[in-house]
Amino acid sequence: MATQDIELTGWRKWFASIGDQWLFFGRFFRNIFSGGFEWSEFVRQCYEIGYKSMMLVGITSFIMGAVLVLQLRPSLASFGQEGMLPKTLSVSLIREIGPVITALICAGKISSSIGAELGSMKVTEQIDAMEVSGANPIQYLVVTRILAATLMIPLLTIIGDLIGLVGGFFAININDNVSAVLYIHKCIYSIDYSDFLPAFVKTIFFGLAIGFVGCYKGYNSNRGTESVGLSANSAVVTASLWIFVIDAIAVQLTSILFYH
Amino acid sequence: MAKEIPKGKGEMIIEIKHLKKSFGQKEVLKDINLEVHKGENVVVLGKSGEGKSVTIQCIVGMLTPDSGTLKVFGENVPELNEKELKELRMKIGFLFQGAALYDSMTVRENMEFPLTRVLKMKDQHEIDERVNEVLESVGLADAIDKMPSDLSGGMRKRAGLARTLIVNPEIMLYDEPTTGLDPVTSREISKLIMDMQKKYKTTSIIITHDMDCARITADRVVMMKDGEYIAEGTFKDMEHSDNEFVRSYFNKEK
Ligand SMILES: Nc1ncnc2c1ncn2[C@@H]1O[C@H](COP(=O)(O)OP(=O)(O)OP(=O)(O)O)[C@@H](O)[C@H]1O
Ligand SMILES: [Mg+2]
Repeated sequence: MATQDIELTGWRKWFASIGDQWLFFGRFFRNIFSGGFEWSEFVRQCYEIGYKSMMLVGITSFIMGAVLVLQLRPSLASFGQEGMLPKTLSVSLIREIGPVITALICAGKISSSIGAELGSMKVTEQIDAMEVSGANPIQYLVVTRILAATLMIPLLTIIGDLIGLVGGFFAININDNVSAVLYIHKCIYSIDYSDFLPAFVKTIFFGLAIGFVGCYKGYNSNRGTESVGLSANSAVVTASLWIFVIDAIAVQLTSILFYH
Repeated sequence: MAKEIPKGKGEMIIEIKHLKKSFGQKEVLKDINLEVHKGENVVVLGKSGEGKSVTIQCIVGMLTPDSGTLKVFGENVPELNEKELKELRMKIGFLFQGAALYDSMTVRENMEFPLTRVLKMKDQHEIDERVNEVLESVGLADAIDKMPSDLSGGMRKRAGLARTLIVNPEIMLYDEPTTGLDPVTSREISKLIMDMQKKYKTTSIIITHDMDCARITADRVVMMKDGEYIAEGTFKDMEHSDNEFVRSYFNKEK
């Protein structure tokens, strides 16, 4: 009996929070088009979210590209296909590894910082103050951040992919001798739009999830300072989970649309 | 228990009748009745956790009461839609207990925020003029380019006050404007509240534990206990009240 009760309330809570998130999404969506878009805040957020994550994304992508090559090489070499390295690398990097690694890094960096920032604004009543003064905190705080993340994550992913390929080039040249021209040539010819396009669309949704989860968790923090940490933490966990869910859906859709 | 409400002279601005509000099992407001007339300063006294903040949060529609009527300018607040609520909020200034300055913005940007976002002012010259004027009146003209984190507690309170006053609200709700400040600064803030009342003819509800502040600012004092207002009158009346609880409150602070 007792366990059943606990499970029930757990489920009810979960459904209630899903409903809550839809409502929040609706408020976000309506406020995009309700006039008075906060351009300067949007640009500031693009800078905060995009520019300030570039270093981190760059370093991880470079290492990822290099490590992938070093891991792949022995298996390909075992049947004499080292020449396939650039193709294998670019396909796996652009279809999957690049978008997911970038998104996960950004979930850790961006979702948590948005969650903590809005959470502390909530706790110190800054959001209430905005609302009570007759201003629109959803428009100023939420719309700008979510849209900035939705725009910047795809761009960061593209940058990450390119840097990853550069990392791969260096790693290949540890063992083999491939000229830059040949490497670029091989990479470009092994990629077509069905590799790039679905991955790109997917990253838009990654960005949306990263921005949305951060804002939702922060905006709905409880009172009390410890809830700021909790918001940041649960924003990272939830956003990472969403990234995998979106990735799983995307791979299904892509295979239906492109590879049958 | 409640005394006959003394009839004010001006028009009625806030009218609260049988207001109830609970959080879960906890009944915070049981039966709140209050009338506030134009240009009047009403001070609300009461122990911590009695629900004083909850009452004024209901007035601006941050919280929805469970039952009762709550009329501001003759309109029942819980029944207003989003747009009407926004219009009402533009006429009300709310000073938060912790000042609630936007800490990613400088003092100047804090002051500009309600002007550009709420009043939709465009003319930068006019905006600057109003920002300078209001900061001067709270004595913060020097701190205009500082970040909120660089301000002292008293300066933050004054900046918060300036930000609510800058739109010239018709009603001011002060949530503990002097708590945590030294006696001198407290008195300055109390005087500031009086100046604002004179200058802009605002109607105010002032929540406070500070008897000095109450004495300076109150036209009328109401005392809250167990979710109801148990006594009201002028500061003098209350000091000499028959009710022991009320008197103890005044004597203790002397
Ligand atoms: N949003 C809320 N959710 C749940 N409980 C709340 C909420 N707001 C207030 N309360 C509860 O209502 C009660 C009254 O709170 P309130 O902040 O109004 O007290 P107060 O009279 O202003 O006290 P203080 O003088 O310390 O500010 C408290 O017990 C508080 O826990
Ligand atoms: Mg309070």
